[in-house]
Amino acid sequence: MSETTYVKGKVRALEGDMVVAEAMRQINPDVVAAYPITPQTEIVQTFSGFVADGLVDTEFIAVESEHAAMSSCIGASCAGARALTATCGAGLALMWEVLWCASGLRCPISMAVVNRSLSAPLNILTDQTDMMGARDAGWVQIFAENHQEVYDNAIQAVRIAEHPDIVLPIMHGLAGFVLGHTLGRVEILPDEVVKQFVGQYKPSHSLLDIDHPATFGAYDHWDYFFEHKRQQWEGMNNALKVIPEVGQEFGRLTGRYYGLVEPYMLDDADVAILIIGSATGAAKVAVDQMRADGVKAGVLKLRCFRPFPAQAVADALKGRKAVAVMERSSCFGGETSPVSAEVCSALYLRSLPIKVVTYVYGLGGRDTVPDEFCQVYRDLLKIAETGVAEPIFRYLALRDY
Amino acid sequence: MKSWKEITWGGLVMEPGSSVAYETGDWRSSRPILDEEKCSNCLVCWVFCPDGAIQVENSKVVGIDLKHCKGCGICAEECPRKAITMVDECEAKAEALK
Repeated sequence: MSETTYVKGKVRALEGDMVVAEAMRQINPDVVAAYPITPQTEIVQTFSGFVADGLVDTEFIAVESEHAAMSSCIGASCAGARALTATCGAGLALMWEVLWCASGLRCPISMAVVNRSLSAPLNILTDQTDMMGARDAGWVQIFAENHQEVYDNAIQAVRIAEHPDIVLPIMHGLAGFVLGHTLGRVEILPDEVVKQFVGQYKPSHSLLDIDHPATFGAYDHWDYFFEHKRQQWEGMNNALKVIPEVGQEFGRLTGRYYGLVEPYMLDDADVAILIIGSATGAAKVAVDQMRADGVKAGVLKLRCFRPFPAQAVADALKGRKAVAVMERSSCFGGETSPVSAEVCSALYLRSLPIKVVTYVYGLGGRDTVPDEFCQVYRDLLKIAETGVAEPIFRYLALRDY
Repeated sequence: MKSWKEITWGGLVMEPGSSVAYETGDWRSSRPILDEEKCSNCLVCWVFCPDGAIQVENSKVVGIDLKHCKGCGICAEECPRKAITMVDECEAKAEALK
């Protein structure tokens, strides 16, 4: 029997933003275009230091806005460069128009998004409203729970986006402040290992390939626009297969395996919480507390939101009596919310009659503690017992008196 | 017309000069009519036409490419001898059928 040996990394204490910058240094992209001040984070500040110190070969373009940052990345990507950037909150909102150009032009740009709320009232703390607002822009979206996942996602993102069956941009989210601006333990791989894992970017077409001239971004009429959009659906659907493949390859290298979703104590669970991002840890602590009291509680962490892994979610939730979908975004007007609408759709279309409730939580950086998740589990037990889910839309730890 | 499986991703156009194959003449709601007697072949219309629809041979205007002319009327506006007039496209078509 052979013993699996994984590459050993160097354990460091870094802020999440520094972790992204460190991964970007190791990826050594051709171009990074970024807007250097608010609402930017220390990712770009740190990375620009690496450029100034000659630690990377990157062409760094300091632009005048986030809209220009994304536009520059699109131009660089069309020219055949591996282009990376980072943004957050309002910055992502300002990019909105060109996000669609990046995906429509099939630019495999990789972007860290330090998740922040959208004003007003003025707030720059964490929630996922920024990325939820961009959920339909044709970008792959994955989220990190902790500092290690921030690092691992940043590296895998490049491979996912550039995969020949996908060729779409990707945003990898990390919670503002909770991860982005807080020290955490992270194992940093040797530079050479990352370099080999991400490999050399080989674009299928390039503006600089003068032997094969091509027009990028031409006007597309009613006769072909629809067909080009259909191709984007194909790339997005392919990501459901490629993301776990890249995650497994990364796991064989490091011992840290990744998929589309990650269950915790879910196999025999009666009641489950589905959640994205940094608050997952608190939900897991709540599971341990509930289990100590004899309650079969579990968590399903959603790592990938776009494409939505409907089959994986349905498979994981099958057999649960009641599920709470945790929503850390303020997206108004739906009966449920971005995440729970997808979950309800996945369950309904597979005829799984599971009671689902939505809990909005943690908006504008409000912490959610294990006791509050325990309350959610107690609510779910009641729903499972009575069969009554109403109200189906709830607000966790909101002052409601 | 090609299927989504047969075309390049992202709307890439792989051959130069392919806009010739894209006929924009049916966008037109008014049509330029050239009065050859008034025309001095100064070629101002050819310079200004945004679609390259003024057909020139041996430095002389020989016609207007109606497969690509969008009917913008810039040629009529710019012509110093008022040799081009814009007429309603439907009327021009009806006239041509007579």
